[in-house]
Amino acid sequence: MRMTNTRIFSALALLSLAACVGLGGCGPTDSNSGNASGGGGGGARSAAAGGSSAQAPESAGKGSEKSPAAAPAAAPAAAPAAAPAAADEILIGHYASMTGSEATFGQVTDKGIRLAVEKVNAAGGIKGKKVRVVTLDTEGKESVTTTVVTRLITSDKVVALLGEVASSRSIAGANVAQRFGIPMITPSSTNPEVTTKGDKIFRVCFLDPFQGYVMAKFARENLKLSKVATLYDQKQPYSTGLNDNFKEAFTKLGGTVVAEQAFSGGDADFSAQLATIRDRGAEAIFVPGYYTEVGNIAIQARKLGVTVPLLGGDGWESPKLAEIGGKAIDGSYYSNHYSPSDTREEVVKFVSEFQSKHGGEVPDSLAAMGYDAAMVLFDAMKRSPSLGGADLAKAIAATKDFKGVSGMISIDAERNARKSAVVLQMRKGKAEYVTTIAPQQ
Amino acid sequence: MTRVAPQLDDGPAAWRFVPRNLAPLGAALGLALLMHFVFQPAAGSFASKLALDIAVNIILAVSLTMVNGFTGQFSMGTAGFMAVGGYAAAAVTYYGSFRLYGSPNPPAGILSAFGDPTGLPLPWLQSGDLMFVAACLFGGLVAAGAGYIVGLPSLRLRGDYLAIVTLGFGEIVRVVLQTSERRLSNAEQIAGTPWPKLLTHLGGSLGFTSIPYFTTLFWVWLAAVLTLVVAYRMKRSSYGRAFLSIREDEVAAEAMGVCTTKFKVRAFVISSFFAGVAGALIAHQVQSINAGELGFQRSFDVIIMVVLGGMGSISGAVLAAGVLTVLPELLRFMADYRMVVYALALIVMMIVRPQGLFGVREVWEVGPFRRRAAGSGAPGGGAT
Repeated sequence: MRMTNTRIFSALALLSLAACVGLGGCGPTDSNSGNASGGGGGGARSAAAGGSSAQAPESAGKGSEKSPAAAPAAAPAAAPAAAPAAADEILIGHYASMTGSEATFGQVTDKGIRLAVEKVNAAGGIKGKKVRVVTLDTEGKESVTTTVVTRLITSDKVVALLGEVASSRSIAGANVAQRFGIPMITPSSTNPEVTTKGDKIFRVCFLDPFQGYVMAKFARENLKLSKVATLYDQKQPYSTGLNDNFKEAFTKLGGTVVAEQAFSGGDADFSAQLATIRDRGAEAIFVPGYYTEVGNIAIQARKLGVTVPLLGGDGWESPKLAEIGGKAIDGSYYSNHYSPSDTREEVVKFVSEFQSKHGGEVPDSLAAMGYDAAMVLFDAMKRSPSLGGADLAKAIAATKDFKGVSGMISIDAERNARKSAVVLQMRKGKAEYVTTIAPQQ
Repeated sequence: MTRVAPQLDDGPAAWRFVPRNLAPLGAALGLALLMHFVFQPAAGSFASKLALDIAVNIILAVSLTMVNGFTGQFSMGTAGFMAVGGYAAAAVTYYGSFRLYGSPNPPAGILSAFGDPTGLPLPWLQSGDLMFVAACLFGGLVAAGAGYIVGLPSLRLRGDYLAIVTLGFGEIVRVVLQTSERRLSNAEQIAGTPWPKLLTHLGGSLGFTSIPYFTTLFWVWLAAVLTLVVAYRMKRSSYGRAFLSIREDEVAAEAMGVCTTKFKVRAFVISSFFAGVAGALIAHQVQSINAGELGFQRSFDVIIMVVLGGMGSISGAVLAAGVLTVLPELLRFMADYRMVVYALALIVMMIVRPQGLFGVREVWEVGPFRRRAAGSGAPGGGAT
């Protein structure tokens, strides 16, 4: 047994040696050490990372009695040299899925954010300092998200965070940000849970159910309809949420929901539901689903002789909608965060700047939301007395009627955005801007 | 060499080694405390998070070594077992805190406290910690149960069946968990819902979120070292020799009286247990667990660690887990080319050392440590 123990201990010693060398190495090769000017001071909030290296020898001594070689190796681990912001810089962090199956989400959002950073720097920066954004890849995984957010906060010492698109990863990142007291703004996570994680977590997009209200108001006041049917996916919280909200708002505005039909995600045949809707004489059908089902529903509706327009939410947004739905979907309306064909001054400017920077690529909603998230943050930074987490969070919370690309943004008491939505119409396979609907007062 | 192998199938004799020597347990506790109270404040939050990830990956890699390394089977179900264990444990702590404490924040002691203590003197252990430990063990047991169900039919066969069955198992787990009902968050509703029904409310496609925070360096390193002790002792026991004999030659092993199916299933169930524990630990660190992330891709990450370390080498798996956790973070300065370089490094590694870093040996059986290995009669030591 004695020999066994010796082996176990020497294995532990080797392991700790490897770990120390590995971890110690993280500092110098940090992705942001490019401008390591000085390397001292850095953020005021150096709580853990600056750390007491005096304790390191003790750690090595206890951990590996049989291997003195481990002792010196422990020293580098004690100083994971962060890349501190240069004195004339403000660092903000962006965590996003730059690789993996949702890579486009992160990349497009990052382009929007970087455009915002460029603009604010060109206009003289914030409090006389330039802004720099550090983007780290979450690979589309929650566990990696917590690692990179920890890294952004404690190694890079960012003053604020932007991210993610997927709600599940925004929640994972929000937990870490809240624990460290660093304000975070998610550009496009619509799940209500994200901002419940604490008083430092904000969002600049609207919540999903809000679109039910938008389409109800649009149908009642713009299209002047009084009898509408709904057809929703009973398995999707997104769909049921929109449906409930639509029904409530439409009834309140004096209209009648003549039929409420449900389907389950993956269904291919909707003729029974559509026949009922046809017989009740609906003037439009609200279909808060995703583009694949919506496309199929449109085709089957036209086959059954239902010619009324379909209405929907941002789940429709995809080039595939026109591919699947073809002519059947033409003339239908859906709501979205933003439209590149909007004629407001902010949008026109944003689209042309984005296009000139990225070779004519038309910015989608995610790019616009990334841009707005960064701009709301910069606006708050300018108003905030300091860049400390508490002050900055207060300043973000006080955001009111901020003119963003995606509409007027105000942050409410639940740290969610109260803002307008745009309504688009499908015309010849293209989504065209129709109008903007303001939030209820 | 002259040791007489004890009978292979006597349960009590095999388990007698547990209380025989408490030193490894002490070492586990010591290292865990050291990581928590010394390493964490000294190295900072980011290095601590990496150390935490390393420990979780060590548990995963070593657990997979028991199947892929010791018995020479090929399992691709690690992520599936992680998901099973993680969700089970998360359900216990999340709904359990509502049931026991009426809030989603169970009391936690200093060992479960995050980072620098916030001034408040905390007791060492609180009842919440015990619930967490129980939840991790429960997660492990549920995963082990799943392992038994998956392993029993597929391990009767030889060849690649296990790989295919575990791959399918992982996908089934993923889809079932992703289509589960949304997580309940209303205290009254939770109090009024029976446990079996609660276990169907696992968060669906968003993943199980709002899991209480418990996992610190202390718990992961405690679990990691205990996993290592179990794996090492198992390899050196009569059980282990039976496992290794299956890897070397299944027919010969059977001829020597080893019931191959039984031993393969045992290795598989034990391995599943530890994968489940690892899933439970990571769930209580990230505070959410998403089955979508635990697809076969995650299983491959662990398989790579085992292959790189050397199939059957515990220390090799440990080293590979450490290197492969730190390497992607070290390569972050390469931005978009990071994963390309990472993959290239793996390819080069496999060309240079196709048998993995240590082959089937342990780190002290190669190089300067060799002298110790001479008399130890390490099974399979020479077969590379």
